[in-house]
Amino acid sequence: MTQRTRNWLLLAPAGTWFLVMLLLPLTVVLVFSFGERAPAGGVELAFSLEQYANLPARWTAFKNTMTLAPIGTLASLLIAYPLAYFLAVRVDAKWKTILLVLVIVPFWTSILIRSYAWIFLLGGRGLPALLDWVGIEGVRLINTPFAVLMGIIYGYLPLMVFPIYVSLDRLDKRLLEASSDLGAHPWTTFAQITLPLSLPGIATGCMLVFILLMGEFLIPALLGGGKVFFVGNALVDLFLQSRNWAYGSAVAVTLVVVMLITVTIYMRLIHRLGASREDVSIM
Amino acid sequence: MRLYAIFVYLFLYIPIGVIALFSFNAGRHASQLQGLSTKWYGKALSNPFVMDALETSLLVAFISALLASVFGTMAAVALQGIKGPVRTAFDMLIYVAVMIPGIVIGIATLIGLVTVFDQLNPLLAAIWPDGAMPPKLHMGMGSLVAAHTMFLMALVIIIVRARLAGMDRALTEASSDLYATPFGTFYQVTLPMIFPAVLAGFLLSFTFSFDDFIIAFFVAGSETTLPIYVFSSIRRGVTPEINAIGTMVLAVSLILLVAAQILLRRGGKKSK
Repeated sequence: MTQRTRNWLLLAPAGTWFLVMLLLPLTVVLVFSFGERAPAGGVELAFSLEQYANLPARWTAFKNTMTLAPIGTLASLLIAYPLAYFLAVRVDAKWKTILLVLVIVPFWTSILIRSYAWIFLLGGRGLPALLDWVGIEGVRLINTPFAVLMGIIYGYLPLMVFPIYVSLDRLDKRLLEASSDLGAHPWTTFAQITLPLSLPGIATGCMLVFILLMGEFLIPALLGGGKVFFVGNALVDLFLQSRNWAYGSAVAVTLVVVMLITVTIYMRLIHRLGASREDVSIM
Repeated sequence: MRLYAIFVYLFLYIPIGVIALFSFNAGRHASQLQGLSTKWYGKALSNPFVMDALETSLLVAFISALLASVFGTMAAVALQGIKGPVRTAFDMLIYVAVMIPGIVIGIATLIGLVTVFDQLNPLLAAIWPDGAMPPKLHMGMGSLVAAHTMFLMALVIIIVRARLAGMDRALTEASSDLYATPFGTFYQVTLPMIFPAVLAGFLLSFTFSFDDFIIAFFVAGSETTLPIYVFSSIRRGVTPEINAIGTMVLAVSLILLVAAQILLRRGGKKSK
């Protein structure tokens, strides 16, 4: 058996699997998005842009996603950065690993259960009861944009901390010493050395969180109570409740396209800021 | 700064802690702590719906993680040795699998498979011998395993490849110079070195599949996995029973994760 045949045999199962379970389904979605809704509930193939013309009907879902995803990403970044900095620069080497693992572990546990925890915390007997007790009355937290934002930050903070930590950890600490030896104010050191050098990590973290947020369903479904809904919630409704596959496919295609465009623009911007693209993967 | 870090860790762990604490609630109400007991665990574990869902989840997670680790590792090893269009195509596929939101993967699998099944079922009925009931393809355990395996394969390939990239090539070259067969080299040199990564990939895949809600929600057909059960229960209201199930789910993932971390780190050190 030549090396060539062997490689083909090794690649065959994975390749076939990707073709049948990834490319074929995605192609069906693309084809259906140009179709029309059949009277029986299926899709009649056509080449019409009718479904896309109907997109404004789901405008609110897109608007919510495109506001809360960037806000959530930014909020996670602001909370994550100081922690990543602390872990990379200030913590003793022997504590680093364990503290880092403690940050990552929640990300790999069920997002469903972790979001559920916030139903509990923000519900009537949770935080509002506590606020009541200190004198702030009548606060409603659950089923508000705030609750969804809380869930987002809670869910994706670990994913933001990790890449920033990696880029800060690689940073040559002697640069920081040199800067302060030369009389720079700590804030100047931060703005001129630390921040620019950690830009690749920031870029990766923001992109990972943003991509995942674009397709979010669970957090708005559990914490938004039907009032704050994302494109993901619209998709569940279209495919599992109203069973409008043609329209649903158009919404799904639009979601992916919007995501790709945003990510491309974002990457261009980052490149222009002078950061090199780096692959930092979680774990 | 240290205070801030403590605050963030509290933020990360208090919600999980609260769920765990209230799962030991002796009272009937989800949010009023009235003494401690393990009775909700007993209730959850004797609920046939929970046990069915748990069984489905464990089975799906085990089979998909196993398939993904075997096929993913095979692909990663082959990809290490090739360049050109095949490699580029695989890189693209892995990238797409990871980039596309889970919800879109779920939807695509649902309508893709249902469409294919609608074409195949009449065909199967036509070629099936008379008298016997032709099999009817439908969404269920099979589609769930297939969808999870696809995504997890991408994950395993990424993990194993990172490990292979850090491996000393001289070792495999030396092995073949000494007339080891390619299989011998793989079995005696490559596999022992990448095994921690493969096992870590398996554990992470298992955790991912076990915790996955969104893909399963679309492709599970009439099957119910544990996350689907929990999701529909939450819609009916918060109960101490869900807290108990949630705590168990978290505990399972935590144990698997710590194991995966230890494997990845130990494996990483050994090669240096």
